[in-house]
Amino acid sequence: MGLPLGFDAASAYRAMVRMRLVEEALAQAWADGLVPGEYHSGIGEEGINAGVLSHLSGRDSMALDHRNTSPLVGRGTDIKLLMLEVMGSEDGLNRGWAGHMHLMDPGIPAAADGIVGASGPLAVGQAIANAQLHPGRVAVAFHGEAAMNQGMLMESYNMAVAWNLPVLFVCKDNKWSITTYSADVTGGDLVERARSFGLAVEKVGGDRVEDVYRAAGRLIARARNGQGPGFLSASCHRPGGHFEGDPIVRLLRNPRGQAEEWGPPMIRSAREKTGGNRSDRVAAVKVLTKRGARAAWDYTVRARMDPLRRGRRLLDQAAVERIETFERQEVEQAITEARAAVGPRSTFGVARGGSQ
Amino acid sequence: MTVMKYGQAIDYALGEAMARDDCVVTWGEDVRLIHRDLLARFGPERVRDTPISEAAFLYAGIGAAMTGLRPVVEIMLIDFLPVAWAGIANAASKFRDFSGGHWEVPLVVRAGCGGWYTDGGQHEQTFWGQVSAYPNINVVCPSTPADAAGLMLTAVQSDEVVVFLEHQLLSEQWIDYLAGGSRATVSFDHLAPADGAEGDVPLPLEPLPLGQAAVRREGSDVALVSLGVGAHRCLEAANVLTASGIEASVLDLRSVYPLDKNAVLEQVRKTGRVVVVDEDYIRGGLTGEIAALLLEAGVTTRYARVAVEGTIPFAPHLEYAALPNAERIVTAVKGLE
Repeated sequence: MGLPLGFDAASAYRAMVRMRLVEEALAQAWADGLVPGEYHSGIGEEGINAGVLSHLSGRDSMALDHRNTSPLVGRGTDIKLLMLEVMGSEDGLNRGWAGHMHLMDPGIPAAADGIVGASGPLAVGQAIANAQLHPGRVAVAFHGEAAMNQGMLMESYNMAVAWNLPVLFVCKDNKWSITTYSADVTGGDLVERARSFGLAVEKVGGDRVEDVYRAAGRLIARARNGQGPGFLSASCHRPGGHFEGDPIVRLLRNPRGQAEEWGPPMIRSAREKTGGNRSDRVAAVKVLTKRGARAAWDYTVRARMDPLRRGRRLLDQAAVERIETFERQEVEQAITEARAAVGPRSTFGVARGGSQ
Repeated sequence: MTVMKYGQAIDYALGEAMARDDCVVTWGEDVRLIHRDLLARFGPERVRDTPISEAAFLYAGIGAAMTGLRPVVEIMLIDFLPVAWAGIANAASKFRDFSGGHWEVPLVVRAGCGGWYTDGGQHEQTFWGQVSAYPNINVVCPSTPADAAGLMLTAVQSDEVVVFLEHQLLSEQWIDYLAGGSRATVSFDHLAPADGAEGDVPLPLEPLPLGQAAVRREGSDVALVSLGVGAHRCLEAANVLTASGIEASVLDLRSVYPLDKNAVLEQVRKTGRVVVVDEDYIRGGLTGEIAALLLEAGVTTRYARVAVEGTIPFAPHLEYAALPNAERIVTAVKGLE
């Protein structure tokens, strides 16, 4: 199968590179102690974001989840303002009120929410408003596969179908529900679940941006023409874990160090005289071993499913280098300026917890 | 006596309660990893990971509690409880009354709460005032490992609904997850009150009654009333006030409901001045509740409150200013002169 009609491999790659560089810059800033709180990076989701965003224009609206940096970068949000916001500066995109989980860009319009599943009803509301006020505009909700166990998201699917709304639900399936393996807490098949609501359904590998582009294009065109809402399931991988500093990633990167921290109390606990019987304790070990093995598989084998690596193959080497050089320059300038504006940090808050 | 960290003390108490009673189970998001020590001891049937389905798994806890189990349902952060609010507002608070008092709901809702470590306005709230507004809902937030352990044991053994809030700044687990405490590049030591994050826990563990406040500091000039990290901030403020010749007593409520009314009245009668320090919203919460209590009791006092007055901002210095910090407490006390 050739590349889809209208697909521009260079601009898709450019978008992915820009997203990746911004995410990497922020992950590094987090590691350096410049980003307060958590940071949920969108590294690994670039193929999905770029493929879907290629079809959005003007003021199509977006409802985002906790991995919202990349979609905003893809829609043209000022990256320096975004970085300043994530670093907790009053000069940031939201004047220091949002942080990375709740970024707001009314100019797009795009709103992010840290409550899992909330992007669904937000997008449904956007779609109702769009249908009434701006026919032809669509709303896109980005969410993870784990969010599909959240009631409000399922209720949103139903409302979208019942009211024939111009909305696309983009499910970024990274297989993990925070640090729980999603399949362990999920019944049935999620694509079939979405289909049974009456949504038009497509399923793609999210590391192939051209496939995402093709499938998203069909669903967005339908929605735009009033033919009803869609559901796009796109697989992806999260090499950074749920958030930076994810304990499972720590375990994989530094098995001995993490084992030294976790091991002794667990062994003491497992040996307590009172507690479950032997089979309970054996089952516990199995549960943890299985989770560790799945994580190890994901962070080694599946990590090769990098959307940028595949996207690069669609271009000649010179074009790749041109794009990377240009984007790197812009992102480096933005992060350098943002880091300088925030200054050195060894902690957050003020230099004291309250005492003078 | 053993030295424990705050989160460790809570899990120790829960482990004790689970060992004493096979009907005690716990479920919530990621609990098998977060409470891996309990998993290792009690097995996956009694330590259960849930899907991200707060509304359903909290409500399921109510059903299980009415059918023989004693579930400790963990809502990761109290900020996620609103997703499941119906379970508290319409069911857990009502079913014992609907049964004519014949059917208990021995449920514990466990959740992280509170800020100071910079995680934004959707991950740092406390909601303890609002949760305590409903009938039959006990709400606690301990400020030390000893209280945390004693109150958790009480909560699990109680036949009533107890919302057990663990302050995220004091909890080694939540500082690691939510504040990125694993980074060598940042430190939270100066923010987290040392004796709140780690301390002696008396063993063998005894349950600590609900609704029993603790006087953390004696003083004759003004009563500072709070709980959780707020109690520590009051102590910091009290130390500052000493330099100005003002001696403050500090009352750590430990429970929002039941509220230790006698302890509050005693401190306020003694000093004639009170500042209520609350890491919850200023409207519809603890600060107003205590004002009403004092009016009803006919106590003549000067009164001020230091609480959260709006959305908690993300930027560290804005967050700090929005929370009830020691400087705000000192200013409020001096305003009563």
